Amino acid sequence: MKQINPKLIYGVVATIDRDNIDTDQIIPTEYLKSIKKFGYEDYLFDGWRYLDKGKLGISSMEREKNKEFILNNSPYDSASVLLTRDNFGCGSSREHAVWALRDFGIRAVIASSFGDIFYNNCFKNGVLPITLSKNDVENLFQAFESSSSNIEIFLEKKLLKYNDSEIAFEVDNNLLERIIFGLDDVDITLRNKEAISAYEEKRMIEKPWIYKND
Amino acid sequence: MPKTLYDKLWEEHHICELDSGESLIYIDRHFLHEVTSPQAFEGLDQKNLVPWRLGANIATPDHNVPTSRGDSFNTDNILDEISKIQVVELDKNCNKFGIKQFDIKSSNQGIVHVIGPELGYTIPGMTIVCGDSHTSTHGAFGCLAMGIGTSEVEHVLATQTLKISKLKNMQVIFDGKPKAGVSSKDIVLFMIKKIGTAGGNGHAIEFTGSYIDSISMEARMTICNMAIEAGAKVGLVAPDETTFNYVREHSFLDKDMLAEAVDYWKTLKSDEDAVYGKKVKIDVSDIKPQITWGTSPEMVIDFDEIIPSSKTPSKNSKNIELAKKYMGVEDNQKLSDLKFDKVFIGSCTNSRIEDLREAANVISGKTVSNDIIEAIVVPGSGAVKSEAESEGLDKIFTAAGFIWKDPGCSMCLGMNPDQLKPYERCASTSNRNFEGRQGNMGRTHLMSPAMAAHVAIHGKVGDLS
Ligand code: SF4
Repeated sequence: MKQINPKLIYGVVATIDRDNIDTDQIIPTEYLKSIKKFGYEDYLFDGWRYLDKGKLGISSMEREKNKEFILNNSPYDSASVLLTRDNFGCGSSREHAVWALRDFGIRAVIASSFGDIFYNNCFKNGVLPITLSKNDVENLFQAFESSSSNIEIFLEKKLLKYNDSEIAFEVDNNLLERIIFGLDDVDITLRNKEAISAYEEKRMIEKPWIYKND
Repeated sequence: MPKTLYDKLWEEHHICELDSGESLIYIDRHFLHEVTSPQAFEGLDQKNLVPWRLGANIATPDHNVPTSRGDSFNTDNILDEISKIQVVELDKNCNKFGIKQFDIKSSNQGIVHVIGPELGYTIPGMTIVCGDSHTSTHGAFGCLAMGIGTSEVEHVLATQTLKISKLKNMQVIFDGKPKAGVSSKDIVLFMIKKIGTAGGNGHAIEFTGSYIDSISMEARMTICNMAIEAGAKVGLVAPDETTFNYVREHSFLDKDMLAEAVDYWKTLKSDEDAVYGKKVKIDVSDIKPQITWGTSPEMVIDFDEIIPSSKTPSKNSKNIELAKKYMGVEDNQKLSDLKFDKVFIGSCTNSRIEDLREAANVISGKTVSNDIIEAIVVPGSGAVKSEAESEGLDKIFTAAGFIWKDPGCSMCLGMNPDQLKPYERCASTSNRNFEGRQGNMGRTHLMSPAMAAHVAIHGKVGDLS
């Protein structure tokens, strides 16, 4: 397996020139029937990637591919960054959308804005969503639609480099750290066990109706 | 400092601030369904943890369940093996951890966002989460309610909290009295057209104004339900007498406790001079019935309007072109030129009793058009179903040629047997017209229950006034 450097994302950028790509497109409902947390790579963008209708358990090899879709063509079939437009990941809360991107090998998504729930889900699964201005996104489209050069994303420096250009991006430090260190939220939160219990005891007295049917 | 309703709910549930700058927010109620919970239970198990507060959790299967079940149905009768696994997995997890579930055989099973309020599990002032984006529905009761991902489902099970940052405040003011034939669905679709599907990103939207004051809890739920289609995780309506009456009717609290709670709930409203980051004012009196023509909920027009052209150059022309191609619609076509194949009345947006009454009203005494291959009505819950039957609504629907079904998400999404075939055009009362949402290559037009009923009879959309 490829060794992953948690502080650097490097590789090919696949572009999808569309606004409002919803999580139903990233992974259609059919595949939410899996009860696993991994193994979604074959179903990423299923409706656009294949010409036939798929089913959970049928592998990419057995499907009829849409040759016009970018992720079916080399070198984009091993892309590690996805570039798109406005409001990426809107719609359903399905974390499967992030799992599919992650399992395919996408480590960062660049867009001019994201759906809130999707954005949040990314950080819990090691996928970095990068929000840039519409102008920067346009420049990146011009650069990467015409050539398949690589991008470098330096997580700690919050900087991306391509050709001879670079763009700084903003992202919350703590969210970023979750990706770099792969932290588990449940463990961190349970360090505040006492504060939670104290709050709860007080609430049970002050707002007893909340607990009435427990 | 004056506060908004959202500010008040936030502060009330705030446990502490974390080093990260995020806040730990206490969760009063957690709804679960079969699709987004299995991986969360697995995570809990791996960490050797149990649910923090069992009684906070309520589960029901809805997304995968077949809707032609009848009385003796059980999980073994689910034909799709993979769907069955998810429903069985929910049974297993609920039994193992001791979580209350309205299972597939329960007379109270239904769409999670429909059963919560009607069984009294949703009451004002709560924080409510569920691994489902339409959790915003419960905001109609003045609850801070939002959809979460599966990692967060595990987090809530394990810690009874959510680690989040505060949203920004947005206010939408709906004033005026709508025309005949115009419902809350039209009004929320109109709003989405106006502010766009990203218009509420990063915000909690509070719905206010004389129109909101005048409408029922069902209609408020329809509006809060679709806040997420406008990009807002949270939709809110301040609780008032309409809310308290609904809660009184559906509550398991005794009289004294209810009275005490109502006193507190009355404080749950925005202060007069509260400041919102964004404000939108909409006069509802001019709104016509709204219908989507494309593949995003913002692609909405009046029922008698011409579908937008992709030839007029605009920043959207590429999206418009792709949507038109998918939907099989052409330049200069009107929505009323389109012939429909199927009609779906249901989903957490429009499957409550009031919705069924509105549709039945249009259908009464008429028959489903020969052009329509299938017209289905799917009550949102067991309770809605039996209430509708006691009012005789099922008879009105079946006499007209509709199929009267058992509760579930049904044709809102292609996860159970109710699906569109490729290129079928559907008049749907659900909330998402995304590509493939109702079945591979299916074409969805979102509209109100009354308009969907009109399509069933005439095969096309038309004037309801
Ligand atoms: S009815 Fe549709 S939108 Fe509502 S919970 Fe079910 S699948 Fe989701």
